[in-house]
Amino acid sequence: MVWLAQVVRRVVLPLVATLLLAGFLATLLMRLAPGFGIDQRELDARLSAGSVNAIRESHAADRNPVAFYFRWLSGVLRGDLGHSASLGQPVAQLLGDRAPVTARAMTAGLVLGWCFGLALALVVTGWPSTPLEAAAGFLGAVFLCVPSAVMALLLVFAGGAASQVLVAGGAISLIVFPRVFRYARGMLAQAAARPHVMTGRARGLSGARLLFLHILPPVVPSLLALAGVSVSLAFGASIPIEAICDLPGIGQLAWQAAQQRDLPLLANLTFLVAGVTVIANTLSGWVNGRPGEKAP
Amino acid sequence: MKLVRRLALVTLVLVYLACLGADLLAPAGYATQHRESPNAPPGRAFLLGTDELGRDLLARLLHGGRISLLLAPAAALLSTFLATLAGLAAGLLGGWPERAFARAIDVSMSLPWLFLLLSIRAILPLNVQPLESLLIMFLLLGILSWDAAARVVLAGTRSLRTQDFVIHARVCGVHGWRLVWRHMLPNLRPLFVAQFWISVPYFILTEANLGLLGLGVGEPLPSWGNLLRGLESLPALADAPWLLAPLVLLVISVGCFHLLAPMEESHT
Repeated sequence: MVWLAQVVRRVVLPLVATLLLAGFLATLLMRLAPGFGIDQRELDARLSAGSVNAIRESHAADRNPVAFYFRWLSGVLRGDLGHSASLGQPVAQLLGDRAPVTARAMTAGLVLGWCFGLALALVVTGWPSTPLEAAAGFLGAVFLCVPSAVMALLLVFAGGAASQVLVAGGAISLIVFPRVFRYARGMLAQAAARPHVMTGRARGLSGARLLFLHILPPVVPSLLALAGVSVSLAFGASIPIEAICDLPGIGQLAWQAAQQRDLPLLANLTFLVAGVTVIANTLSGWVNGRPGEKAP
Repeated sequence: MKLVRRLALVTLVLVYLACLGADLLAPAGYATQHRESPNAPPGRAFLLGTDELGRDLLARLLHGGRISLLLAPAAALLSTFLATLAGLAAGLLGGWPERAFARAIDVSMSLPWLFLLLSIRAILPLNVQPLESLLIMFLLLGILSWDAAARVVLAGTRSLRTQDFVIHARVCGVHGWRLVWRHMLPNLRPLFVAQFWISVPYFILTEANLGLLGLGVGEPLPSWGNLLRGLESLPALADAPWLLAPLVLLVISVGCFHLLAPMEESHT
């Protein structure tokens, strides 16, 4: 029971508090949207002044941000996220259609980016050689300097007939890879400089043995913390990448909503992505044994 | 490594000088349309050719560089300043303000800031002038990116608070601004410098992404982001490789900023 209480106190409560606050920010944005609270029926010339006033009065409750927030929150709990003005569809339906596409591209991108970044960091640490380190560092640095939208453009043209999800996943992986490599390389280099590792090397332990038994294990918690952060990174990258790859996912939806100034849709998207990010961070912190803690 | 950093510094200074001297290097002006020569290849009159409206691409590249290279550091200064102010105050107060502040950082870091940036931009009225929208965009970048730097400053302040020299100063009656100004800030300076250098390339890349998506700087103002839209016709680049110039200059500048960042740490 003590364990359960600790999980509730250190994982569930911060998670719920963060989500509620993110939701409040989302609704605040909706309230600030130009034209908020204006009903199209007010323009109907056949309506009398009394009818127009009645319509305005029906929106009066929404003018109070807190009341508006609780109304929105109760809608969210019922699965009602409102209506997209620009696309003319319920936001929940739009999200339901597009979330799986983004999930597939992000999963492909995160898995590829992590595999490539971590593998390269492990090779450079386990079998140190100056040319290899320089080449890996240069590769990572180049990808860090190219905007994600340009990366997506290059992959779209290089990919030819390849599926859009694969191309978007590839572009996301190229965004994730240099950050994973840089961070993992730094952590592994610190672990490799510890006295017991150097003693092992002096005694003739093989590179693989040193790497997998002495260097990697102490670094795993920090890498797990980075895993949570990389979800947020991949979400951010998904906007330009999906827009360029013409992939009908959450990122493309956000881009379209921004162009159409569809703020309710954007605010709901922000809330949804914040929720996924918070859950990913909390899970990575929990697996790590340090709930709520994130990578530096 | 010192040599590489020196080279990066020299390269960056050259890029800055070229951008600041845009009026001398490309006197045609970034908005002047030479209708008689649209899509012209590089030549004597236009060193990098012209765009479809006959505007000098070199002038647009250098003036665009001014925007990215002057406003990105300004936004980085703003975010570092906000982070310093908040992190220092929370770290010095300790107790519940510190815990509340740490929770606020967590919340802020959980919010997908590019989504947030798009949302806030969508609130802006439609009749905002290009220059105003540009300033607002970089202002938003500076304000929204306070969290990562604040976390570092908070951690630094927390560790300094318990150092012997700070305790000694407090015992001797040094409090408030004097303690912060004389004892804390000088010791935290390396953190601010690092955060500043880390943020600059990050903001340049963000502007480039937004510009390429058509959500950045409005026409006729040039920026490296909206110049990258020339890459959308990538197959045509085989015949017009000079259209890659904005990308090359962007990668070089961002790479130089990364090399000059004092710590092996970056925004993730």
